[in-house]
Order: sequence, then structure tokens, then C-alpha cells
Amino acid sequence: MTEIPANSQRPPTRSLGGRSFYDKEVQGVLWQVVTIGVVLGLGYYLYSNMVANLELRQIQTGWGFLWRPASFDIGESLIPYTSASPYWKAILVGLINTFRVAVVGCILATILGVFVGVASLSRNFLVSGLTSVYIHSLRNVPVLLQMIFWVAVMHAMPSVRESKPLFGFVATQRGLFAPVPAAAFGWTLALVGLLVAVVAIWIVARWANRRQLETGEIFPVMWTSLGILVALPFVGWLIGGAPTEWNVPQLNRFNIRGGMSLSPEFLAVLTGLTLYTSAFIGEIVRAGILSVPKGQIEAARAIGLRESVIMRKIILPQALRVIVPPQTSQYLNLTKNSSLAVAIGYPDLVSTANTTMNQTGQAPEGIVIIMVVYLTISLTISLFMNWYNKKIQLVER
Amino acid sequence: MKSKLKLALVAGAIVASSVSGAMAGKDLDAIKARGELLCGVSGTLGGFSLPDSKGVMQGLDADICRAIAAAIGTKVKFVPLTAQQRFTALQSGEVDILSRNTTWTLTRDTALGLNFTAVTYYDGQGFMIPKKLGVKSAKELDGATVCVQPGTTTELNLADYFRANKMKYTPVVIEGTQETNAAFFSGRCDVLTTDSSGLASIRANDAPKGKSDDYVILPEIISKEPLGPVVRHGDDQWLDVVKWVVFALVEAEEYGVTKENADKMASSTNPGIRRLLGTDPGMGKNLGLDEKWALNAIKATGNYGEIWEANIPPLGLPRGLNALWSKGGIMYAPPVR
Repeated sequence: MTEIPANSQRPPTRSLGGRSFYDKEVQGVLWQVVTIGVVLGLGYYLYSNMVANLELRQIQTGWGFLWRPASFDIGESLIPYTSASPYWKAILVGLINTFRVAVVGCILATILGVFVGVASLSRNFLVSGLTSVYIHSLRNVPVLLQMIFWVAVMHAMPSVRESKPLFGFVATQRGLFAPVPAAAFGWTLALVGLLVAVVAIWIVARWANRRQLETGEIFPVMWTSLGILVALPFVGWLIGGAPTEWNVPQLNRFNIRGGMSLSPEFLAVLTGLTLYTSAFIGEIVRAGILSVPKGQIEAARAIGLRESVIMRKIILPQALRVIVPPQTSQYLNLTKNSSLAVAIGYPDLVSTANTTMNQTGQAPEGIVIIMVVYLTISLTISLFMNWYNKKIQLVER
Repeated sequence: MKSKLKLALVAGAIVASSVSGAMAGKDLDAIKARGELLCGVSGTLGGFSLPDSKGVMQGLDADICRAIAAAIGTKVKFVPLTAQQRFTALQSGEVDILSRNTTWTLTRDTALGLNFTAVTYYDGQGFMIPKKLGVKSAKELDGATVCVQPGTTTELNLADYFRANKMKYTPVVIEGTQETNAAFFSGRCDVLTTDSSGLASIRANDAPKGKSDDYVILPEIISKEPLGPVVRHGDDQWLDVVKWVVFALVEAEEYGVTKENADKMASSTNPGIRRLLGTDPGMGKNLGLDEKWALNAIKATGNYGEIWEANIPPLGLPRGLNALWSKGGIMYAPPVR
């Protein structure tokens, strides 16, 4: 507060708890109170309006509907589900389907995006030109239209009766079918062997890295890892009795049964989302690579490192600082864009929750479920990416 | 500074004054004040609600709405809705009435906060399948892929039927009618299922040109589907109006009052006809409408039989259950008296 000369005329001050109304802090507090009041008042008004209208129309409220039988079937489900299962299970099936497409989509989009980003910086005019066309066309077409395009492509594949299997693989308009080994104990052991191999490889890599830091001796990590990856599952398969039966897709009266199948809707959603997001990730990666100071690349070349080693060991680790924060939003975008699958027939969370809302009439509860689930997924992705971001940050001295 | 505070207080006052609680209000008054009846229709089903080449909505559901609008003396505006949007649109007030081949069920009549008014079409669910699959009965459909729309009784009846007959199927659930039909005709699924009237309409209108005969509708009818207009809970007068307009149209067919002879019939000596057309006043007053409510409705669209004749025969469906009770069907209107 400025000093007021003792002999000047002081204006009549209104005080609030002993402090002047014109005090900036007091005004600040008042503004916050008013704003909070308006926000809470708006929230209360919306909520009470909704409750009053639900009562007036005698629409059912409450969460009891989640335990009633769903009475509708879902096209694809990773967990056992029938029309006698309760509504919460139907929503869970939708959630698992959303995860399926989001996780696979994120991984594929990242791989493709990094490839596209590095390619866009190529000195080869053809490569960088093609990448530029790829990025600009895929970024600017709405993702829903892209998904509808891919669904049309999938539906234009040969029908189940006309398609010819190739080594047991069949591509039809009802999906992609692949032969899988028939379920047997040997394959379960092989899977266990695979997990053990992954852990073993990680341990070997860390040990080799430490040994190199201490003694300078290089250990052939890649070949050893490859060997472990092949040997351990093979050993598990052998121990399990070396089963060789295959589950091959067969054409029945209406459909192909057997083997593993990927529905055309899943493939269309996956392709549309992956290509769309990879264009954005490509640009992010390009920005990250360009952010590495040129001196680093020149110095690396001066000491004679190959281009691929420079990219892997010098540029990308430093570029990651710039890449990871926008990458988080791309992953979140991909997860949320998967909700567009309802328009093409893929039973994701929004689709099953929508059907539930429709059959029970309880729209507010359904919307709350969808919002809470997406919020949780997004927050989890953000948390993980922030942890990773902290981990790769350069410590400033 | 001062003006900012004033602004905040004024804004707060506006918000506080608009907190008036529930959107209570008589539906009929609101419609009359607006001058327009908002009628939720499908907009994609030939014979029930489909715009013609000039963009004018044609169909049985559309004509019922036109009759109601004429009875209450307003215009009508058609709002296309998908099966998933329709109930939320009616519940929230986006439309005043839903005339969208909606099946009358207990859950919808109670838990959804809606009131069904009258049945304008007695229907049942069936299956359509390409002839070349050689299927003669719905009991042979084990293992088939079935296209169905979400949020319908079709979906539920399908699940129940296959479960009861111990058959398996793969559902392909697509929201829009056009997309579902396209998926069926492209071969994505073997079977299309919806109300029989819908199947006949899709077979006649949406099959690839000249290939309608390649598709056959299986003989089994697996459910009851009484279709009719729907309104919200909370306005008994509006419910009565809609109900009695439909009954008036059926009763007009019973008396032989048509679009052409309605004015002439108004001076008939038959007391039933005089009461219906308002020559003997009283019925309109009870409903809160003009005494010529039924006369206006009949002059706008014709009686029930005329509405039926104008929309359904091109689909190849017989009058069947929808004939008058005196002619072998079950269309039965309570007396207008």
C-alpha cells in the first residue's frame, strides 16, 4: 500500500475486516469468491434442472440397471459374453475392445510415425516428397472419413465363398483369418518361455552395458538376445510334448470358423487411426530431430560414427526431450478418436454404452460412465508419459 | 475496478434469476405457441418416412404426424432421428412426438418416461436372406452373421430367439439404416433382421437395381411389434389428443368418411359421424381443441385406410392384421363419444 501524506484529504474508506476495499489482495479474494460462486451456482442449476426433469418425466434413475441382463449380443469380445450377461459386462467388453484398438494403434502409430519423421528429413528428394504428401493428406482429412474409407475397402474384399486361402491365411470381407496352433500345453509352456526370455534379455543387456562402461569390452548383445528369444520358447515347446496340430480356418455353411480372426471393423478402425496419428507423430519427430543442435551431428561425424549410429545414439535420445510432451497428446487423441468406431460397427465402449443407455433409458448414468472411463484412461496415459518425460530429461548443471 | 465488480454482480443476478427449476410446461401449449409440431421420424424407411424427390416426407408415420398437426391447427416439421437418438431426443424435448415405427414395450412405456398412444401398425420381426444361400427357415441360421441396428427391440428379440433355439450367430451392429442396408447388400452379413414391414421396404427400395428378387424374406415372424406414436410423460392432454386423433382416423374408415367426402359427410344424419366431425359439438371441447379437429385431420391426410393405401401397397405387404376389426383385422378404435 502506498503511503498517504498525513495532511492530505483522505477519501472515506470502506473497509472489509479492517482492510480497505481498494486493497488489491482484498479485491483478489472477492473476485475468487464471486467466480467460485458463479461456477458452483451454474453447476447446481444444471444438476437440479436435470434431476427435476427426470422426476417430472418419471424416468428411472440409479445404478441398479448395471446388474440386469443385457439381452443383446456383441459382435466381438475377448472375454466370454452372452446376451444373458449383465449390462456392466457389456460395457466392460466395449472397454476391452477400446483398449485393444488403442494399445495396438499407439504402438503401430509410433513405429510408423518415427519412420515417417526420419524419412521426411531425408536428402533424397523422392523420399522426402512422398513423405510430405503422406503427412499433408493424412493430417487434413477428418479421421472419421478415413475410417469409413477403410471400412469400404474391407467390405470390398472377396466374400467368404469366393476367397482363396493362402497357406491357411484368408482375407475376406468378413475379416482376416489366420491359422493358429491348436491350444495345447506345449504352447502354453512356449509362451512362458517367451516371457522368461524377455526378462533374460533385459538382464543380459543391462549386464553388458555395465561391463562396457567399466572395462570397454563390447558384448554381442543383439545376437545373444536373438538366440535366447528363439531357444527358450523352443525348449518350452519341446518340454510340453512338441504339439503340431493347427487350428485352420474352414468355410462352413455361412461363415469361416476356426483359427484366429480379425474383424474388418477392427482392421478399419486400426488402419484409419494408425495412419492418421502417424502423420502427426511424424511431424513431432521431425521437430524433435531438428531441435538437436547441429554441432552435435557435426561432432559425431568428425569422430567417424556411421549415420545410423549417429541417429540412434546421439540424435534420438536428445530429440526425445522435445518429442515426448506432444506425443502424450497424440496418444490421448488416438484413444479418444477410437470412439468414432461406433459409426462403422466396431463394438467399442461408446457403442456398447450407447446401446445400454438406449435399452434402459438411463442416459445420464451412461454418459457419466463413458466420461469417467475416458478420463481415467487419459489420466493414466498422461501420468505414465510424464514419468517417462522426467526420466529422459537432461539434468541441467 | 468498480465496473468489473458491478459486471460480476449483474452476471450473478442473471444466473440466479434464471434458476427456475424444472422445465415444466404443457406440451400442447408449447406446440401451439411455437406454431409447429416437431415430429421425430426415421427419414430412411420407405413407406413409413422417406423424403421423395422433392424433399417432401412421405410415409405412414409422416401422414399420422400431418393428421395430428392438422387437428391441433399447426404446421409440422420432420426431424430425422436414428434408432439410438430417438428416445433421448423425445425425453429431452427436441421433438414433441416420435412417429418412427417404434415398438410399444413395457420398459419404454415406464422406465424411459414415455407414453405410447395408439398402435398405427401391427408388425412382427422377420429375417431377410439372399436366395442363393438356400435357406428355407429361420431355424437353419445357426452360425450366420446378422446385421442389426442398435437400440432396437430387434436386437433383443434376435438374441432371445437364437438363445431359445440354441443357435449361434455373429451380430454386426451398425447405427445408421443406410449403412446397415449397405453392409447387408454388400455381403458383409448373411441375414438382415428388422420388422417385416421394414424388410419389405428395404427389399423394394434399397436392393441393388433389379436384384430385389435375389432376396427372400423367411416365413418366421419371431416377435410382436406394435408400432405407434410416442409422447413424453407429464402431459395427459397431449397424450389424449394424439391417441384420439389416431382413433378418429380409424373410426373415419369405419364410417366411410374419406378425404373427398369429409365436408359432405359433415352434414350427415348419422349421429356417430356428426359427433366425429364436430357437427354435434362437444368432443373437441373435451380435448381442448377446435370442434373440427377430426374433420381437419381427415381432410389433411384421409382416413386410416387411405393413409395405408397411399403408402404401404408399393412394399408388397397385405393389409393383414391392420385391416379393420370388422374386416378380419385387429384395427379397433374406441368410440368417439
